[in-house]
Amino acid sequence: MHIAMTYTRLRAEERLLLDAFESAGVRVTPIDLRQVVFDPASLGEWAQYDAVVDRSVSLTASLTVTRILEGLGVRCINRPEAIRVCSDKLDTTIALIRAGVPTPGVRVGISAESAIESVEQIGYPAVLKPTVGSWGRLVARVNDRDAAEAIIEHRETLGSVQQGVFYVQEHIDKPGRDIRVFVVGGEAIAAIVRTSGHWVTNTARGATAAGLEITPALHDLSERAVASVGADVAAVDLLECPNRGLLVNEINHSMEFRNSISTTGVDIPGLVAAHVVRIAEGVRTSQGALA
Amino acid sequence: MSTTETIQSACPECDAPISFDRSPLNGQVARCPDCGSELEVTCTNPVRLELAPEVEEDWGE
Repeated sequence: MHIAMTYTRLRAEERLLLDAFESAGVRVTPIDLRQVVFDPASLGEWAQYDAVVDRSVSLTASLTVTRILEGLGVRCINRPEAIRVCSDKLDTTIALIRAGVPTPGVRVGISAESAIESVEQIGYPAVLKPTVGSWGRLVARVNDRDAAEAIIEHRETLGSVQQGVFYVQEHIDKPGRDIRVFVVGGEAIAAIVRTSGHWVTNTARGATAAGLEITPALHDLSERAVASVGADVAAVDLLECPNRGLLVNEINHSMEFRNSISTTGVDIPGLVAAHVVRIAEGVRTSQGALA
Repeated sequence: MSTTETIQSACPECDAPISFDRSPLNGQVARCPDCGSELEVTCTNPVRLELAPEVEEDWGE
């Protein structure tokens, strides 16, 4: 068994995963993607790996490496289609709606005029988000039409082409916290609650985390959400809506977990590594059957 | 891949000593305990540190 772990920055999570593989007696090779030249027509050195865990902090790098490797028949965790859907909030919304998983209401406009109308349909306050982005960056709550017009004009003028897609989400009056559930191999393994005095409850924005019991409802929603995007390993963010109950907000394909191990008491990297090994064993079995 | 020997380097911003309790890997991030700069390992033999790049638009989870 030989696993590769691709990365662009080696953070605590990547170190913890390498340690988890080594503790399990699994050979693992870290690969800095910035040093690699890919040949989409040749498996080359990649033939030696039973599976590749991608841990790139860069979405562009993640999608590039997993598309090439899966094209060559190398099993990646996560797969590029799952990464694509998770990384784009509109694609995630569509996947959740199709799967019948409750999620905040959304309107989408592709011009300043339709963006304003989208906000008006959602009602105030509304949340404007870039379709691609993490750690709460450029997420804005708009409380009235003046603010909406200002933000939309700024995005249209200063933003990238991608920010010409205006994703407007219903604002959920959550109780100063949101919930993150870690799902590995289709099973919710750990949950935390993130609390903040600010309405954006990302730990990257200063929210504090504590362990949370995984209730049957959290199991059900988070596992269905991850199934809807086809991810092997993911973290699901949920909001507690006073009227509609739990809603799935986002799904993260390359989850950060360094601060969630001690708070939950769950060996998250160990369980991720074990699942990767199960996938790799399945790849070996199917390749053996074909040989 | 790892050793128990402490590896020493220096912060490129303030020259404070930076130590690793095992061999760092290329691309590994570290924070200077003195000036707080975020650093990245750009060479492992010998260990060389540079200021880590700013967060880019497509970075995240």
